[in-house]
Amino acid sequence: MSAPQATAAEAAFDPGAAAARATDAILRDTVEGPHRGVVVDSPPGAGKSTLVVRAALELAEAGRPLMVVAQTNAQVDDLVLRLAEKNPDLPVGRLHSSDADPYDKALDELPQVRTSAKAGELTGLPVVLSTAAKWAHVKVDEPWRHAIVDEAYQMRSDSLLAVAGLFERALFVGDPGQLDPFAIVGSEQWAGLSYDPSASAVTTLLAHNPELPQHRLPVSWRLPASAAPLVSDAFYPYTPFRSGTGHGDRRLTFAVPSDGSGPDRVIDEAAVSGWGLLELPRRHTPRTDPEAVRAVAAVVRRLLDRGGAATSERSPDPAPLTADRIAVGTAHRDQAAAVRAALAELGVTDVTVDTANRLQGREYDVTVVLHPLSGRPDATAFHLETGRLCVLASRHRHACIVVCRAGVDDLLDDYPSTEPVQLGTVVKFPDGWEANHAVLAHLTEHRVAWRP
Amino acid sequence: MSLITSLARLEAVATGRAQPAATVRHRHLSQRPLVLVPLTTAGEAGAPLGALVGTDRDAPRLLVVPQPRDRDLRFAFLADLADIVLPYIEGYAEAVEAAERTETDPETGKRVKVEVELCADAPQLIVPSRAGIEFVRLLGRSMRFRRTAEQEPDTPYPAPPRVPLLGRWLTHYGERARVPGSALLLAATELLSRHWATGQSGLEDQHLGALLAWIDPPEGSSGAAAAREAELARDGDGQLLCPPAGPATDPAFDNKLLAPAIERYDRARTALAAAEDGLEADSRLGALTRAEEEIRGLVARVTLPTWDRVWRGLDLLRELPEGSRVEERWTRDRWSFTGHRDRVLAGEPPQPRRDDAVTAANKLAAREREQARLEAQEALDDPLVMAGRRLAGEAFAGEVTDVTMAYSEGKRPSPRPLVTVRTDDRPHLAERAKVYRSLGGRPQAAEFVGYADEDGERDADGAVVVLRIVDKMGRGKEPEEGSVPVKGDRVCFTLFEHEQRGGAKLPDPEDTPWTHGGPPGEPVTEAADPLTEEDVL
Repeated sequence: MSAPQATAAEAAFDPGAAAARATDAILRDTVEGPHRGVVVDSPPGAGKSTLVVRAALELAEAGRPLMVVAQTNAQVDDLVLRLAEKNPDLPVGRLHSSDADPYDKALDELPQVRTSAKAGELTGLPVVLSTAAKWAHVKVDEPWRHAIVDEAYQMRSDSLLAVAGLFERALFVGDPGQLDPFAIVGSEQWAGLSYDPSASAVTTLLAHNPELPQHRLPVSWRLPASAAPLVSDAFYPYTPFRSGTGHGDRRLTFAVPSDGSGPDRVIDEAAVSGWGLLELPRRHTPRTDPEAVRAVAAVVRRLLDRGGAATSERSPDPAPLTADRIAVGTAHRDQAAAVRAALAELGVTDVTVDTANRLQGREYDVTVVLHPLSGRPDATAFHLETGRLCVLASRHRHACIVVCRAGVDDLLDDYPSTEPVQLGTVVKFPDGWEANHAVLAHLTEHRVAWRP
Repeated sequence: MSLITSLARLEAVATGRAQPAATVRHRHLSQRPLVLVPLTTAGEAGAPLGALVGTDRDAPRLLVVPQPRDRDLRFAFLADLADIVLPYIEGYAEAVEAAERTETDPETGKRVKVEVELCADAPQLIVPSRAGIEFVRLLGRSMRFRRTAEQEPDTPYPAPPRVPLLGRWLTHYGERARVPGSALLLAATELLSRHWATGQSGLEDQHLGALLAWIDPPEGSSGAAAAREAELARDGDGQLLCPPAGPATDPAFDNKLLAPAIERYDRARTALAAAEDGLEADSRLGALTRAEEEIRGLVARVTLPTWDRVWRGLDLLRELPEGSRVEERWTRDRWSFTGHRDRVLAGEPPQPRRDDAVTAANKLAAREREQARLEAQEALDDPLVMAGRRLAGEAFAGEVTDVTMAYSEGKRPSPRPLVTVRTDDRPHLAERAKVYRSLGGRPQAAEFVGYADEDGERDADGAVVVLRIVDKMGRGKEPEEGSVPVKGDRVCFTLFEHEQRGGAKLPDPEDTPWTHGGPPGEPVTEAADPLTEEDVL
């Protein structure tokens, strides 16, 4: 990558055209291609859902009965709503579980959407959507002509095994950088087997069908120009992507000036640069570090109090930075609960606070992240997992503020990855250790030290 | 490590004694377990050095391989082991009780109940440590593909008749040990550290001597000092007073005692082979026997302390009453044992080297289900375990302060009473979260409605939680007697489910889909490991 050429390429890069070319190639392979499967890698915010909806509409139009497999009920409902919005005339089936409240009530208001807990009642509909868990219980005589598997990198291989008999061909879409699926018991005995049941569905699929076409979406529309290069370099070193917007396209401003406190200074830094690191004094703490939790809550409170306004390519007028446009991300559920309690004490209610697992696929203007390694005496594989940090660092359209105890760089150096090497497994790059260092090095440039 | 474990370990450090981590015993212990203390040869993976084995603590059988690299001696050891272990296992295969199992009828495809045999009890193997379980698995792996002279007369180095069968059983036990909550093959260190929290790390807990020192320190000594003694104290010859529980041996033992003894044995054997007449042979045979006896003495010396500690550990565990759901899990172990007995009787081939895609996925799903079941059952069986879950925000206990009758909407209104619980715990209740309590051993579900504190917020001292009971109240309009808590009742609700749903049925292996490589094809008879140039003896 010599500098002059890169600049020339940058000038010539038209994100819209690049994304359109990629999408066209994917749809061509999906609808007309000879292969049984097509895999699409999508970095954060690259228009994965849009692609899924478009592919679904084109397949329906081509008269191919289509089943859509997503991983959670929320994802399924979201796809149903998007499909209905794009084409209100297309009859859609929503297969759901027989639990109480199995799907979003908003679907009941759509006349073209039929909901049922029995697959038999949805036969004949051009598109039927459900979760992988529900599809696994469906029995058919005649398989579907086509399937779309959404979030395929978060789907476990055994879960694909349970549903793969239902379709002839499939489009697999997902983000390889997010959290890998996990098992609650050890699965080392199958490590290295091509069909390791705890591996991701895509890993198994490609191990058995290496000839399948693999595409990737080249442009992130979510991540701002300040974030895309870092996230791309740190988490997608061999499949880089670009931001769809330029440096001047997005702006975050605050009506109320800084009061000079740590939270305000880090907010101002993040507003300007897209990143902010609020560094608390070095200390080993319990997981629900009260000081760090209070600092997260204080940052959120000030974000709301200072009258933030976000300008973006979406509208010419600045949009107010409201509670529903802010999220807090943590590694553990008890940390999320502690942050919620701290926010409630400050009178903040409508801000989303969740773990990385549950924030996958979501998008906000500003995110506040409690660093997974903050205050820890050790760095376990869980806390080092590349996907966890990637999810937390790639949910924002404008700025990401990380709250962390000092000393994480030393901690990383004290705990190099020591996971046993398994023969026959594909080594994942980058490893969490490397990615953590890359992100931390960048964050340090936007550091605000604060003693609460 | 959970918060309550951290607290218990801190308390252990402060008091100098291990603290209880359970109030009941969470694993089944057989009346007559088979204890196996194996040792392996340093640098020779899978070459056993010897073992103490038996069901009588006062009369262990000592098996020794005086030259572990000699294939014939190794086979002799395995044959002796088979002669002890197989009769023990087969002793449980006869006594059966009638049971029912749901099976898919091959003709109609319907699920039907069939009458089958279930072994009334199952044999239980106890090894000292987790590494011992690995060694059992390794022994099973090394034996089950072997061919006997009867099976294949032309095979070089045929295995003694019952060795392949022992390999299949040890493989089954090793595989079953991977199922959470199973008790066919247990490690003493794991059993003890499940029930007591020591003041040392989990890694150090794998040393049986140190672990027992914390749980049951000698009179006048603290756990920490006794554990240190167990780990480090050596006699005048530099030998550990408390030898490692194996299968690995202490290098000082290997270098100073074992290696010279094996060398003397080798020399005696060479001398015997070179004997020129009967008289000479007689005296040289005497020397060889003495050399072998010496090795037997050495192996006994390092296995006996471990043998005694395993039984001591079992004594301590037996003092705890068995948890009420342990029996149910043991029944699953009996099913597992019966299933393998039937496969052996039916003449099926040994377990394959690698699982196919469907088997692997089924095993993983079953183990995940068992893990969730174990976690729920341990908490329900044991208030101390439940306390840990409460501390983690996964359960809460408290007093019912109010019950308001309410009904569901719809044509036939059902009772949906609102129960208010005052708790000192701080559960992580999400909006409309489901919670469960045990009602006569069956789970009753309720829905989280909201907090009823004056300001609608939780405080540090706990919360007032309003729940809506949604099931197990009978079919009538009025809930059945005793199915709804009343004011003043102490209740405990969990955020986790008490029972596990069965997973989806996976395709049969012959219907493995294209995403997973398609059908695996006909099973092939797997050959034993071929002879390589490294097999020098």
